[in-house]
Amino acid sequence: MYRTASGEEIFVIDGHTHFWDGSPANQKNIHGKQFIECFYAYHANLSPPDEKWTLEQFEKYDARTMHDDLFVRGYDDMAILQSTYLTDFYNHGFNTVERNAALKSEYPERFILNGAFDPRDGNKGLEQLHADVEKYKLTGVKLYTAEWRGESKGYRLDDKESYTFLEAAEKLGIKNIHVHKGPTIIPLNKDSFHVGDIDDVATSFQGLNFIVEHCGLPRLDDFCWIATQETNVYGGLAVALPFIHTRPAYFAHVMAELLFWIGPDKILYGSDYGIWTPKWLIDRFMAFEIPEELSKETGAVLTLETKKKILGLNAARLYNIDIDAQKQRIGAAGGYDHLAAAHAAE
Amino acid sequence: MTAVTIADLEAEVWRALETITDPELDESVTDLKFVTGVDVDAGYRVHIGFRLPTYWCAANFSFLMADDMRTAVLQLPWVRSVEVTLGEHMYADKINTGLKEGRSFEETFGEEADGDLVEVRRTFLLKALQRRQAALLAHLIDQGFAPTMLVDLTYHELAALDLDQAGARLVARYLERRPVVAGANAGLAFVDVEGQPLQAETLAAYVRALRRVDVNAEFNSALCRGLLHVRFDTETPLTSRRAKPQDQTQRAPV
Repeated sequence: MYRTASGEEIFVIDGHTHFWDGSPANQKNIHGKQFIECFYAYHANLSPPDEKWTLEQFEKYDARTMHDDLFVRGYDDMAILQSTYLTDFYNHGFNTVERNAALKSEYPERFILNGAFDPRDGNKGLEQLHADVEKYKLTGVKLYTAEWRGESKGYRLDDKESYTFLEAAEKLGIKNIHVHKGPTIIPLNKDSFHVGDIDDVATSFQGLNFIVEHCGLPRLDDFCWIATQETNVYGGLAVALPFIHTRPAYFAHVMAELLFWIGPDKILYGSDYGIWTPKWLIDRFMAFEIPEELSKETGAVLTLETKKKILGLNAARLYNIDIDAQKQRIGAAGGYDHLAAAHAAE
Repeated sequence: MTAVTIADLEAEVWRALETITDPELDESVTDLKFVTGVDVDAGYRVHIGFRLPTYWCAANFSFLMADDMRTAVLQLPWVRSVEVTLGEHMYADKINTGLKEGRSFEETFGEEADGDLVEVRRTFLLKALQRRQAALLAHLIDQGFAPTMLVDLTYHELAALDLDQAGARLVARYLERRPVVAGANAGLAFVDVEGQPLQAETLAAYVRALRRVDVNAEFNSALCRGLLHVRFDTETPLTSRRAKPQDQTQRAPV
């Protein structure tokens, strides 16, 4: 919960978090080592100095640390756990639905659990999706189209097999498809960040929402174009948001573009924990305004209303969260005790 | 060649490498600190070390840059052979072998690439043209040039404009990419990526729209430099394997 200077409470849903194990013990090969080190480079490069972790802390953290970083030290009220397998890189997977489910079972009122599927898994994958939806009551999945699988270095959403899986997911009651646009999609000769496949499936699957994580960065212009065309395409701010610290002028441009093209109702906050932590991201976001000159030019203003939408209201709508009821649940589990203590101390 | 030392030859190689850009960032591979070392042996064989911000950087761009470096250095008349070695990359072995054997991107990657790099190279040359054009137009408008004059300006008139140092550099950078768009209006200084003339009344809006391309590029550039720094400590000047200190950013002209 974020509380403004005037005492107004803002309910925060973190759209993108991970409970991963990237430790050397779990690394299967050099790729596993390079993968977590690449994430660490993002963390070390874009975090303020006093928010930096050691590589060892970063490789694997425990449930308690994550809980406290998000909900006690940070302002998150709820967080969406995005599952990512990477079984070619990690012995027991990077961030599996089982691992995430175990975390959720400790703090059920705090987490929304999303699964994953990979169209290259064929019938076995469809059966697994069915079982996972039944077991974990999933309403969302995270797709990592750049995942390596044997000889394959990735897939596209507009592949025939992807259609089969999206049809199955929709039938099973999945509503939200989070897509990470990664850099290693085949064929290698093409512009591998291209978001064109999202356009295709968003048109074909009107009953699904497509949340494009990282707003298609670095192809913000392409992303804005398709998101404007499609009513069911959303932008996730993970990775864009930390630029608020290192490159505030750049972040202002991104926000101005997003607000101008896709509007305040289709942008979702995400910390990408453990790459970044909610405390500093939200402190800076709440203090942030789009510079006057840019506002004049684009008409984009980051009002308190807009910030509330981005931080929680939009995700609540996508995931059917009744905010008042959820606050009750979190409060009943002692989730706001630290706030009461802090207010009493003031 | 008694007067020419190995260090002179290496400096020549560095100058040739300065002209090679990262297609996406539109910045020199030496400014970006992607080149880790240049080595010329007694047989006039050149060895170039090359690194990237992450293990996962796109294979196509990695190959393009390495191939461009090899081609540029091969133009130097004394060079017998060029070996470019990419380090710590997911496709390092494949790319290094492909380059060593003088194979094309398609030959190197086989089925993983379903065509050559012509299309993606052109896409990014066009983006580079747009960025350079936006920067130049913004500068000229700022300097008081009227939109009506700018849209009619010919290629040669632009080249002959008397500008300050910053302006001259923007013109040089722009003219370097101007030929990417050929066509009927090739004589005009400024056209859009379709080769159409610009309109005076909408010029300001046109420049603003191009800035979106620039916003992407700025994100990329900042990220790439930052990631490279975390990975390799780019603050410490590189030392050539021949023990002559070689600071890529502050080399005196030879």
